[in-house]
Amino acid sequence: MKKTSTSVLPAGGALGDEPLLAVDDLHVEFVTRQGVVKAVNGVSYSLNPGETLAVLGESGSGKSVTAQAIMGILDMPPARIPRGEVRFRGTDLLRLPEDARSQVRGQRVAMIFQDALSALNPVFTVGSQIGEMFRVHRGASRRDAEKKAVELMDRVRIPGARQRVHDYPHQFSGGMRQRIMIAMSIALDPEVLIADEPTTALDVTVQAQIMELLAELQRESNMGLILITHDLGVVADVADKIAVMYGGRIVENALVHDIYRAPAHPYTKGLLDSIPRVDQKGQELYAIKGMPPNLLAMPSGCAFHPRCPYRQDNCVTEAPPLYEIGPTRSSACHYWREVLDGSHG
Amino acid sequence: MAATGEPILEVRDLVKHFPLNQGIIMKKQIGAIKAVDGVSFDLRRGETLGIVGESGCGKSTLAKLLMALERPTSGSVKINGREIAQARGGELKRVRRNIQMVMQDPYTSLNPRMTVGDIIGEPYEIHQEVAPKGDRRRKVQELLEVVGLNPDHINRYPHQFSGGQRQRIGIARGLALQPEIIVCDEPVSALDVSIQAQVINLLERLQNEFDLAYIFIAHDLSVVRHISDRVGVMYLGKMVELGKDTEIYDRPAHPYTQALLSAVPVPDPDGRERRERIILQGDPPSPANPPSGCRFRTRCWKAQEICAEQEPLLQIRPGTAHASACHFAETHDVVHV
Amino acid sequence: MSDTLAPAAGRARHGKPARPPKPPRAASLWNDAWHDLRRRPLFIGSAVLIGIFLIMSVFPWLFTSVDPFDAASCRLADARQGMSGAHWFGTDNLGCDVYARTVYGARNSIVVGVTTTVVTALVGGLLGLVAGFKGGAVDTLFSRITEIFFAIPSILGALLILAVFRTGNVWTVMLALAVLTWPMTFRIMRAAVITAKSQDYVVAARALGASAPRIMFRHILPNAVAPVIVVATINLGGFIAAEAGLSFLGVGLRSPDISWGLMISDARERFLEAPGPLLFPALFLSLTVLAFIMLGDAVRDALDPKLR
Repeated sequence: MKKTSTSVLPAGGALGDEPLLAVDDLHVEFVTRQGVVKAVNGVSYSLNPGETLAVLGESGSGKSVTAQAIMGILDMPPARIPRGEVRFRGTDLLRLPEDARSQVRGQRVAMIFQDALSALNPVFTVGSQIGEMFRVHRGASRRDAEKKAVELMDRVRIPGARQRVHDYPHQFSGGMRQRIMIAMSIALDPEVLIADEPTTALDVTVQAQIMELLAELQRESNMGLILITHDLGVVADVADKIAVMYGGRIVENALVHDIYRAPAHPYTKGLLDSIPRVDQKGQELYAIKGMPPNLLAMPSGCAFHPRCPYRQDNCVTEAPPLYEIGPTRSSACHYWREVLDGSHG
Repeated sequence: MAATGEPILEVRDLVKHFPLNQGIIMKKQIGAIKAVDGVSFDLRRGETLGIVGESGCGKSTLAKLLMALERPTSGSVKINGREIAQARGGELKRVRRNIQMVMQDPYTSLNPRMTVGDIIGEPYEIHQEVAPKGDRRRKVQELLEVVGLNPDHINRYPHQFSGGQRQRIGIARGLALQPEIIVCDEPVSALDVSIQAQVINLLERLQNEFDLAYIFIAHDLSVVRHISDRVGVMYLGKMVELGKDTEIYDRPAHPYTQALLSAVPVPDPDGRERRERIILQGDPPSPANPPSGCRFRTRCWKAQEICAEQEPLLQIRPGTAHASACHFAETHDVVHV
Repeated sequence: MSDTLAPAAGRARHGKPARPPKPPRAASLWNDAWHDLRRRPLFIGSAVLIGIFLIMSVFPWLFTSVDPFDAASCRLADARQGMSGAHWFGTDNLGCDVYARTVYGARNSIVVGVTTTVVTALVGGLLGLVAGFKGGAVDTLFSRITEIFFAIPSILGALLILAVFRTGNVWTVMLALAVLTWPMTFRIMRAAVITAKSQDYVVAARALGASAPRIMFRHILPNAVAPVIVVATINLGGFIAAEAGLSFLGVGLRSPDISWGLMISDARERFLEAPGPLLFPALFLSLTVLAFIMLGDAVRDALDPKLR
């Protein structure tokens, strides 16, 4: 017998003060031969229905690991979560037993990945892979599942869905494969969609199509979207708010307009300053010096201090907390005032 | 950057078709992938020509043709007046000294089982006449310094370096023979965002220092704009627009260029609701079976009958100061509206 | 330029310095690998074991004063004795000293095992390198040839080859084994070469104008050799065992030749009464195989800079 509802989780509807999804002081570690790697170090963010949160960071910043912890798809071990909560409608997913967890995963919180080709199984038709969501979670018949698959392929605008439902993943272009992934992820009308670098492998014109599709699906269903990316342009285009990650921590939290107008953390400011601008033609670009930190040998104090132009002595010894610097903003920099002033000037 | 004098690289009607064969023993050609189909341009000393386009447009094949890693089906590539497309043996080896490349992926472009000294010194072993044997290690160390790496790390292996540092090693290898032209095939797209600016600055500094000419192939249009003097836009094996950077970015004339520019996300959320966005429908057609006439016509909102019948040539058209390949070319600033 | 590693300023050499700083020792893969190997306990252990077995096979009289080829050394009256001071490993069915026979058996077994391994690795490896690198018609030709060999059941093939020669000695046994097993090395090498060939660093070398031999031996071979080393060392034990199998079928070595394989097959029937004549040569055989597998692992690891 298939359980059709999860008793532990409240159904949709009014939320009160609790956000749709809240990550609270999450820590994720990996036990490796070289030692314990602290990939995520006290990350908190929240998401409301219909909202788009961009998680911005480079490789090793912990942005994808956080998402995998939310989904519950981390391999444990080597990973472990020593502290933190992931609350979905007020219920901590990390404390749920596995069978209740799997009712959430894919149904109410879904995820799409960067590499659609490797995320799809090459030996099954796309139709059967999309339809499988209905067969597994809703107990639909093979025929119904296929009908649903065609509907979904139409909804993500794959031309000729009725004919192509029997094709295999390799017969589709990169953009179309990403659409198939999206179709699978929205099959069960999730309330939260996590998109991990969904357009990084795609060309700009296809990227534009996919981002537009995601925005449209979001408008229709009012789902919350977590967009994980390293692309400042994509963030500016679609996000409502941003969490900037560096070395496993959130270094800045802000509404999208605030952060582009005046960043309050030296790392964010460095990233924005290093974007080539038209009036800088022929000049040297601003470049953040040095390299992203090695997770096995994190710098003391503030992880960004070896690369930071605002560094003072206490940055080396004292890790800055996430200072509340406004009603919707926070920055993990001792000298956020100076950074903010420098940004305005 | 003052790009002056005679072109050091002349490309004329360059064509590369990869045959599609059927059958195992009796091979029969059933068609061809028209990866590059009639591309022409010049490159002058000290100049940077950016090449943009999406995957499958032929820009990587173009790079391989320029490097003589593939033989063209027809057409010519001349470096300082010397034909490279047909050159072989010693002649080809001599020409190669003048054109080198920087590859996209710093993780696969360095042999993991060679030391940095061997990797950067290999050009000297292949071209023995460039540096006498006793001099080579010193030269390698100088090159490491030039690209901003510690010369004492000459005995390390690639895996001991970060991505950005590896890309510097690749650049040092490209510089070793003191070429006049460097083909950069997506040199920063595999790097972390905070590292890309460092590498772009390095490339610009080296260009000034050694008077290098770059062919800069990339899909990141803002990076191409920053570094390029001229820009060529490719679509399905054809160059559809070619002009100065300001002409291409501020006054694009080809509908594809306009769509491409409007699709680039702008890192500024202000006014994002008002921005003009041309969202192209569908995917580019297969290069094995490109549309007749204008190759962009199947996705173009301006297409008319003539577009299917007659191929538009890359030429200067009424109302524009630079070359474009569209029957209905019309400049339109999509970025600053 | 900003880079954390480079103390670039002030290092430029202006004018004529009296003596430029001496560049450090030039490291290379093989130097570094050797340097690293000498420190690996795995390598030292296996090298000592292999050294002992090699000395044993060249100078067996250093290890025992008994000459097992001398008929007088065996006395039927002493048959199937256990371990004792006079016969360390006991005696066999015919009353011969098992220890002396094991020591003298090392030569044939190790010569068969090592030579066949080296020959198959070289022939299969080299042909695999060429076929994988050249591709096209060369590859097709070699690959079809190996498929023919794969189609021959190995026992039948060995029987056939040895029947042609009519004599079963070390050389014909090696030939039979090598002829039948080089295709496996070929296939492994060819696959590894094809993977390595498409790597960007090979493209980069071609762009520099590197010659085909340079690309094959400097770039592809070091990156493709690891699986061949592993398979070759595992095969080594198989060859020693296969020699025993052929002897058992009566086409391999024959008495009065001595080899571990022969000894094992001779002792099988009376194993339950007298396990010594089987166990001791088997122990030596296992130690030899183990030593070579350890050596192979150590060499493979040393050739991978990431594992150092």
